[in-house]
Amino acid sequence: MSIPKFIVITGHYGSGKTNVSVNIALDLAKKGENVTVVDLDIVNPYFRTADFEQLFKNNNVELFKPVYANSNLDIPALDFDLMSLRDTKGKVVIDVGGDDEGAKALGRFQKVLSGNSTVLYVVNKYRYLTSAPEEALTLMREIEYASGLKCTGIINNSNLGDETDAKCVENSLRYADTLSKLSGLPIAATCCKEEYADRVPMPFTVKVFVKKPWEE
Amino acid sequence: MAEKKLMKGNEALAEAALRAGCKCFFGYPITPQTEISAYLSKRMPKVGGTFLQAESEVAAINMVYGCAGSGIRCMTSSSSPGISLKTEGISYIAGSDLPCVIINVQRGGPGLGGIQPSQADYWQVTHALGHGDFHALVFAPASVQEMVDTVTKAFDMADEFRMPAVILADGLLGQMMEPVAFDDAEIKMSDASNKPWAASGHKNARKHNIINSLYLQPDQLEDKVTARFKRYEKIKAERSEAVSDYCEDADIVVVAYGSTARLAKSAVESARKEGLKVGIIRPVTLWPFPVKQIQAAAENAKKLLVVEMSMGQMVDDVKLAINCSKPVEFYGRTGGVIPKPAEILAKIREMGGKD
Repeated sequence: MSIPKFIVITGHYGSGKTNVSVNIALDLAKKGENVTVVDLDIVNPYFRTADFEQLFKNNNVELFKPVYANSNLDIPALDFDLMSLRDTKGKVVIDVGGDDEGAKALGRFQKVLSGNSTVLYVVNKYRYLTSAPEEALTLMREIEYASGLKCTGIINNSNLGDETDAKCVENSLRYADTLSKLSGLPIAATCCKEEYADRVPMPFTVKVFVKKPWEE
Repeated sequence: MAEKKLMKGNEALAEAALRAGCKCFFGYPITPQTEISAYLSKRMPKVGGTFLQAESEVAAINMVYGCAGSGIRCMTSSSSPGISLKTEGISYIAGSDLPCVIINVQRGGPGLGGIQPSQADYWQVTHALGHGDFHALVFAPASVQEMVDTVTKAFDMADEFRMPAVILADGLLGQMMEPVAFDDAEIKMSDASNKPWAASGHKNARKHNIINSLYLQPDQLEDKVTARFKRYEKIKAERSEAVSDYCEDADIVVVAYGSTARLAKSAVESARKEGLKVGIIRPVTLWPFPVKQIQAAAENAKKLLVVEMSMGQMVDDVKLAINCSKPVEFYGRTGGVIPKPAEILAKIREMGGKD
């Protein structure tokens, strides 16, 4: 399957969009792609893709971030245009803010993105308000409405932070499956650790980059 | 226990409040605590409670004042500059002997400061949360699960002693995600039963209750305040809490609270691996301050080290706790900068005679 130019990562607050985005970007870079990551989060004050500037630099990944990201200012301003990225070489991974509020930022880039992107909806069964497939579907529709884009696939990133184990991921498979049937969208990937990658469908082995300061 | 959920600290505080029977929430948005409001705006109507976004922080705390007077469990939350605005109302609430819960998810200051985490409101919350002779209960949880457990405790103790209770968090605790479990009990909203003092409607069946902080005669007011301070003495003697680790044989005892205690503990564990005898004590209640626990933890220590995300606001309380019997040093970062475990470790090494 060929990957479109823009890979848009959306989902509920705290579903793990940032960690998924970082993993996808590094994975593509490892495969020799030119990769640009865009931190399009206008909602979250901390724990965002812009935190990984050095990691990206070390892996030849370009980073676009809002001018006030990680500053002391609480201004949701985007001082760049995705149009300028349309003709660059390689792939662009866009980490969007949570929920429909965060997805609003995508609206203005709709023209650049439609027909040129895959929009992945990240879900975590263990998050409140999306722990039932029906709730996750409702939120997906809200995100689609706010962004003017249609989701094209589901990433099952069900996890319990540092308490995540194989059982935790296995217990989320039926949830992801039901959401897939309800929405008619394929499961693009199930995020997991290498040890139990053989026990899940469409495994995508991820590392945990989003850490607390005492875990580093 | 139900299945664990992954929650942001702010969301967990909000959900825990509902489960503690908090029927009314009055708030005004400010980073980094806005998720509390956002969460309750969605959840409150579903469980039969009231969410109200006030026109300002001042309005919100005065709505809490009114609601608390009716005997209903209620809460407000804000971050540092917003708490400063609330202090007048908090003083009135304390002066009227009313229970409520106030959450402060601290950010950098003074002034508008910044939106990154901080612990620079320690002096305010423990020593001067408004004008007049009064205290509030102050809890300083260090994990998302502990925040959940603390909310119930804060409501219970506020009711028991008829005084405001503050949960002092910081941006890091509010924004980070950790797995949490809530017990399965059904959500039951509070009412004024068991609160014979509440202005909840007397229906001509009893004398009317008056909620007030104004006393016309100075000696009347003095009696009120003196009675309140007698209650404070009981709380100080019986209800202070702290958690200590590795203190028994420690030469250096680190004192830190909230998220900083987790950074410091990580540094202490690294120091132990290097053979340095270091322990840590974490005050869980900041008022009442855990004086006895700190004395006990420091008994065999040569030096103490206070670590904070501020310029060192808890240092004097630690010195007083041990009657200045040992040197108390300080390491901290401020303005929204989080101290790294490696920096704290370097300070420990320096104090332990290693560089």
